[in-house]
Amino acid sequence: MMGEEFVVLSLPPMLIGIFAAVACAIPGNFLLLRRQALIGDAISHVVLPGIVVAFLLTGVVAAWPMMLGAGAASLVAVALIEAIRRLGGIEPGAAMGVVFTAMFAGGVLLLEQSDTSSVHLDVEHALYGNLESLIWLDARGWGSLLDMAALRGLPPELPRMALTLAFVTVLTWVFWRPLKLSTFDEGFARTTGLPVGAIGLGLVVVAAIAAVAAFDAVGSIIVIAMFICPPAAARMMTNGLEAQVAWSVLFAVLSAILGYVLAGYGPLWLGFDDAVSAAGMIATVSGVILALAAVFGPYRHRSGARAEHA
Amino acid sequence: MVWEALTLQLGYNATLVTLGAALLGMAAGATGTFLFLGKRALVSDAISHATLPGVALAFVVMVALGGDGRALPGLLAGSALSAAVGLLCVSGLTNRTRLSEDAAIGAVLSVFFGFGIVLLTVIQSMTAGRQAGLESFLLGSTAGMLLQDAVVIAAGGAVVLLLVVLLRRPMTMVAFDREFAAGAGMNVPRIELAMMGLALAITVVGLKIVGLILIVALLIIPAVAARFWTDRVGQVVILAGLIGGTSGYIGAALSATAPALPTGPIIVLVAFGLFTLSLFAAPNRGVMAALLRHRRFRARVHVRQGLLALAQAQPIYEGLTLRLMRRRGLIRADGVATDLGRIEAARALRDERRWQVLRSDPAHEEAAASYDGLTPLDDVLTPDQLAALDSGLRPKGVS
Repeated sequence: MMGEEFVVLSLPPMLIGIFAAVACAIPGNFLLLRRQALIGDAISHVVLPGIVVAFLLTGVVAAWPMMLGAGAASLVAVALIEAIRRLGGIEPGAAMGVVFTAMFAGGVLLLEQSDTSSVHLDVEHALYGNLESLIWLDARGWGSLLDMAALRGLPPELPRMALTLAFVTVLTWVFWRPLKLSTFDEGFARTTGLPVGAIGLGLVVVAAIAAVAAFDAVGSIIVIAMFICPPAAARMMTNGLEAQVAWSVLFAVLSAILGYVLAGYGPLWLGFDDAVSAAGMIATVSGVILALAAVFGPYRHRSGARAEHA
Repeated sequence: MVWEALTLQLGYNATLVTLGAALLGMAAGATGTFLFLGKRALVSDAISHATLPGVALAFVVMVALGGDGRALPGLLAGSALSAAVGLLCVSGLTNRTRLSEDAAIGAVLSVFFGFGIVLLTVIQSMTAGRQAGLESFLLGSTAGMLLQDAVVIAAGGAVVLLLVVLLRRPMTMVAFDREFAAGAGMNVPRIELAMMGLALAITVVGLKIVGLILIVALLIIPAVAARFWTDRVGQVVILAGLIGGTSGYIGAALSATAPALPTGPIIVLVAFGLFTLSLFAAPNRGVMAALLRHRRFRARVHVRQGLLALAQAQPIYEGLTLRLMRRRGLIRADGVATDLGRIEAARALRDERRWQVLRSDPAHEEAAASYDGLTPLDDVLTPDQLAALDSGLRPKGVS
């Protein structure tokens, strides 16, 4: 399992899975604390019309137009949610529900109406991604990691996801203090002169970038699960934000590795022939981690409610 | 073609689907109203995504028992079971841990959905039992629907609708004010459970037609749209039912006219169209009404200020004020006041003076609170009070 075959078949998808999971989990921490956890859900639904429109405009299934389309669609969705919330005076949850279901329905309809039979573009692909197919055919064992010619044959999703992760990490690191301040005490942050609205919007945009980049490689399910489950599990392990982000990264990595291994090799161990969906399994593992944290996590109760449960 | 579809002349099967979808939409709209009013609309998103593992497991079990894996009642029972587990997880995470409800919803929906996808890929690798078609539960499909399926859906919708009518009062109270309902001696957790149970029933019944990703739209959109038209709960419920039913009816009929028009998305888009109409056209709460109100208010302010300027013989420069006053025949094209303008100006000035006196007199404190610079005092005081007030309006050195 650790030999040449592993490098060719499993290393790239595993790394892509890990990068995607961490890139979503880091902004997920702040979304969770700001009670905007479902933004990830909404974004991953509206990605579908975005990629369909991008396909209809360009006529090809290529990464960049699709990501641009998805990014544009998520911005449109955020603007629409905000507009409906303000114009109609509707609570944000319902406004979100109206917008993302309608846009998703529009995407499905466009997809059915257009001729996509010749290309690989369907709802299932958008939902579960194609993690298993991201293999590295040029690899000849671990030595290929130092071989420039072979490295050029890496699936393009890998460097793109690594870049996204680096982008998210650097932004979080640079804006750590304002982010933390505006997340925990918006009023105080405003009085110290921080542009609170811009920080909130920036966070949503970064989350959208992570979601759009990750969805192309791994599908929507992982995106939604990683935005919420690792940060939620981490929240029950600690009270400190620094520690929470660290825990969430650990949980995200763990979900990606365990999920991929269980999906790829688990059925073989049980005597079945075919692997199961890696995206689904990664989401499932992150759910198991969350369940364990909800039962055993040291800080699982609301502060103040501890005494009554002790 | 479209007309024939709308008048149910496209054959037996299409008619069944259309009527079933209309009933489903009515029930969903009415049920969703209570979720929306209780600010818990998105819980239904968790419920609907949590049905997937149940559908897949039910299929596996039915095949293992040697039956037809695609029997609708069995699949629906399985989906109801796993949706209930998902619902329990949401309330468990919300009540027992520090997570807020939206995080619990997101966690449950993604994990259950992911697990369902795992099970679907397991089923795909199973050799037995006509597995094709389970994916149709994701987006709904009415192709090849059997009579018994349509009857299950229509009956389910009708039962839910009946339950909503029976439970409307307690559900209204809980949706608006949990504490008050608890204080009035109601069993709030049980009523909330009933609310969620109804949403769950709608989800399960609607799986086949609308699909699990979009059924949440039928619960949310009609209620939000109906809220624009009225402030009364009973009317919101009825309107939401009508909007949902209309969406189901038109959507299913339209989708029967062409093969590339999937039922679920069309129904949702029709509902969204009705929502957009409501957002803009609804009286009072709609965007158009708000714009009109704003324009009318602005016109009143401009005319009032213009009249006061006329009365005090000050020049008016503001373009909009001039336009508005010309249109009302208060001034001539060259800006000189007409007879009507002079009368109105004098009246406005008198009104302003009266208000001044009124506001400086503590006896009229209550009436003074309604001062906004626009309301004529005649609307606030009785003629007797006005006469008393006017006695304080003696000119003080003004010629």
